[in-house]
Amino acid sequence: MELDNTMLARILTSLTLGFHIIFAALGVGIPVLISAAEWLGIRRKDPAYILLAKRWVKGFTVTVAVGVVTGTCIGLQLSLLWPSFMKVAGEVIALPLFLETFAFFFEAIFLGIYLYTWDRFRNPYIHWIFSIPVILGSTASAFFIMTVNAFMNAPQGFTLDGGAIVDIQPLAAMFNPATPSKAGHMIFSAYAASAYVLAALAAWQLLKGKRHEYYRKALKLTMTMALLFSFGTAVWGDLAGKYLAEYQPVKLAAAEWHFETKPQAELIFGGVLDEETGEVKYGLKLPYALSILATGLPDGEVKGLNEFPEEERPPLFVHYLFDGMVTIGLYMLVVPLVYFYYRRKHSEQGPRLLYRAIIWGAPLSLLAIELGWMFTEIGRQPWILVGYMKTAHAATTADNVGEMLILFSLLYIFLAVTSSLVLARMFRNKPAEAELSGGQLDV
Amino acid sequence: MSLELAGITVLWIFLYGYIIVASIDFGAGFFSFYCKARRQDHIVNGIIQRYLSPVWEVTNVFLIFFVVGLVGFFPDTAYYYGTALLVPGSIALVLLSLRGSFYAFAHYGARENMLFHFIYGVTGLFIPASLATILTISEGGFIEVRGDEVILLMDRLLASPYSWAVVLLALASVLFISASFLTYYADKAKDVRAAKLLRSFAIGWSLPTIFASFLVFLSIRNHNPQHFDKMLDASWLFLLSLASFLFALALLLKKRGYGWAFVFVMLQFAFAFFGYGVSHLPYLLYPYVTITDSITSPQMGAALVIGFIAGLCLLVPSLILLMRLFLFDARYVQGKPTK
Ligand code: HDD
Ligand code: HEM
Ligand code: HEM
Repeated sequence: MELDNTMLARILTSLTLGFHIIFAALGVGIPVLISAAEWLGIRRKDPAYILLAKRWVKGFTVTVAVGVVTGTCIGLQLSLLWPSFMKVAGEVIALPLFLETFAFFFEAIFLGIYLYTWDRFRNPYIHWIFSIPVILGSTASAFFIMTVNAFMNAPQGFTLDGGAIVDIQPLAAMFNPATPSKAGHMIFSAYAASAYVLAALAAWQLLKGKRHEYYRKALKLTMTMALLFSFGTAVWGDLAGKYLAEYQPVKLAAAEWHFETKPQAELIFGGVLDEETGEVKYGLKLPYALSILATGLPDGEVKGLNEFPEEERPPLFVHYLFDGMVTIGLYMLVVPLVYFYYRRKHSEQGPRLLYRAIIWGAPLSLLAIELGWMFTEIGRQPWILVGYMKTAHAATTADNVGEMLILFSLLYIFLAVTSSLVLARMFRNKPAEAELSGGQLDV
Repeated sequence: MSLELAGITVLWIFLYGYIIVASIDFGAGFFSFYCKARRQDHIVNGIIQRYLSPVWEVTNVFLIFFVVGLVGFFPDTAYYYGTALLVPGSIALVLLSLRGSFYAFAHYGARENMLFHFIYGVTGLFIPASLATILTISEGGFIEVRGDEVILLMDRLLASPYSWAVVLLALASVLFISASFLTYYADKAKDVRAAKLLRSFAIGWSLPTIFASFLVFLSIRNHNPQHFDKMLDASWLFLLSLASFLFALALLLKKRGYGWAFVFVMLQFAFAFFGYGVSHLPYLLYPYVTITDSITSPQMGAALVIGFIAGLCLLVPSLILLMRLFLFDARYVQGKPTK
């Protein structure tokens, strides 16, 4: 691997995005859960849910802050690191980027209102209403940014006339074939991961032996959401696979180590690839499964890697990234099912192993988001704009990219450490039971 | 109005908006730190936090909006500025990131940590200085194109008197704008002691602001005579700016009409900023990029304008709501329970 400008710019971009996406996913998902908790609290006149919403909001302000600053970094870094790409993107895909800033504006304004008006209205539903624009704003911003990324995978809405870009159709560029599968899958995965992060907080307290019903209510609410959204993630992931089969078959084939074009293709899970012979050892082979993922039919035909010239294939290790994501996806579905099974059968107290499994779900679901992104971005290589512009032609020509990489690495390490410390300190000294019995909570 | 003119007008208005709201924010951070260091924080920090808490994220979006809009309307700028500004841009980003997150950390987590306040207060002065430098660079003479490389001449930038005059102006205006707004806010909150202290800051920073503006005028004459001539053509705007400044100062000195004083400060900067902008045209980066040859395709331009209008229809009512709840609600401003 040669550390030229392109490589350094790629590393810095993925570092910033990889860091941003954790906070962005929480920024998209947590408002949904906050809103649900407050609504339940008002409806059932149950202060436990209101407290839940209030405590989540407090932590949320810290994650939002990190999300905002890292988002600002990536927003400007796109121009700083990929000036040639942004020149094209500016010409064709500026609209969603522009609309995204309006979505941020909208979210930022109502988040400010939501945070500082808890006790301002006689009718508690008025305060609750302000959570809706926050959800709309953050989900819309995720949608808009996903259309940009989708465009990089399935560019359309312009004509290339000898190097000049002509006949631009902004809406066609925005609503390209990759938009529905990508945006939907991303939004669901952000919701699901947020539900797991909040579920893990409750499970942690129950594991430590806390008995207050506050934690049980929190766990039940978050597990319900986790089940719902993990299901949505899996279904939409299936759609994403079908999109790939149709528009970016080489990415899917690389993910599956699928060399020969054939019907009734089997899905390979794990394994070790012999690069010389193209043979897969130790892998688990699920007959027909790849055909079903790609086309929906057991005997659908799936294009293989051999159809594509060597230099247009992405690196083949993306296979493991894909497998990792899907495995975690299944885990995220099974855990809530087990939880509800136990609730039914053995009533309140679940086994400690279950709480552990829920806690593990939080880092794993964030890991799945990272794996999914690395899969889709590395699977796009060598293209930055599939079919039009190679990554190597898009990077900045400026010096000092390496130094900037070090600078930003330090910044992110620092932000990660301080934000964790601040979050930990915020709740350590203030257990929920104390706040509940303190009695300042009027619903 | 032509598309490129419409585009740059919209962007300039947003940049103006950013300058006002961000100055209030940057300056407030500095005053808050300064007072804490001198153990007077009990006087002003309540005021500053009641205002800043609900709006800090909104401030940041103004900047994003400007950058994204600039690249959208004038894609060539991404190429030139993007390449040339890698290092200074990254440094400004790191400062912005530290500041933004530290506001949240200091506010919600570890309130009494002096280091947090220090970082928060001091970055508030570095950021406007480094952002203002981008305007300096746009005057030309600091960027050179060799083949397909765009190079920022850092040594020349650091040695230029014009560049330092702009930095000085940025610092003085941040503190002046901020202090005159906070005086008004404290006065509304009926917090006499805070208003008195902040008013003294505002008056203290008023003359340095005007002095720095004159320096900028003088040094741009040497640096970019063509621009200077055009500024003379628009001199009525700068005279109006001076007049607004004198009104604001008079009100501050007479200890009344702080709201109007702040309006005049805003007018002062509006006239100067638009005078500067009008005379800067058609160049976005002298002499490489002009608004006419870098404008995006007409289709994208039309889409952006429609998107902008739709966005405003959503934003303006929301902003009005925000201001009614936090700026013009007397009970909130005074820190009383609002139910
Ligand atoms: C909680 C996270 C998570 C989980 C459990 C899953 N995914 Fe995923 N996946 C993502 C998070 C994610 C993502 C981060 O959201 C990606 C990266 C880019 C994108 O559009 O979504 C993604 C991309 C992505 C792609 C590539 C889309 C493209 O490049 O256009 C496919 C085919 C799938 N996923 C399929 C699945 C399937 C079949 C899953 C089975 C359960 C699954 N994903 C679980
Ligand atoms: C799919 C990936 C992404 C998602 C889902 C996403 C979502 C979000 C969300 C929800 C926020 C608000 C922060 C919060 O509320 O926690 C945010 C901030 C931000 N994001 Fe991302 N983002 C993604 C990738 C990107 C990319 C690639 C860019 C660059 C164009 C970007 C630019 C920004 C900017 C500029 C901010 C700060 C906005 C502000 O000041 O409020 N994001 N992002
Ligand atoms: C937030 C979630 C995202 C993550 C975690 C992510 C991750 C990555 C990774 C790992 C790479 C490096 C690929 C490689 O070097 O092989 C990359 C490259 C890149 N991504 Fe993404 N990405 C995200 C979203 C986006 C979005 C929404 C956009 C578009 C606005 C985008 C634009 C780019 C660009 C321009 C590059 C560099 C060119 C390239 O390597 O292809 N990314 N990203």
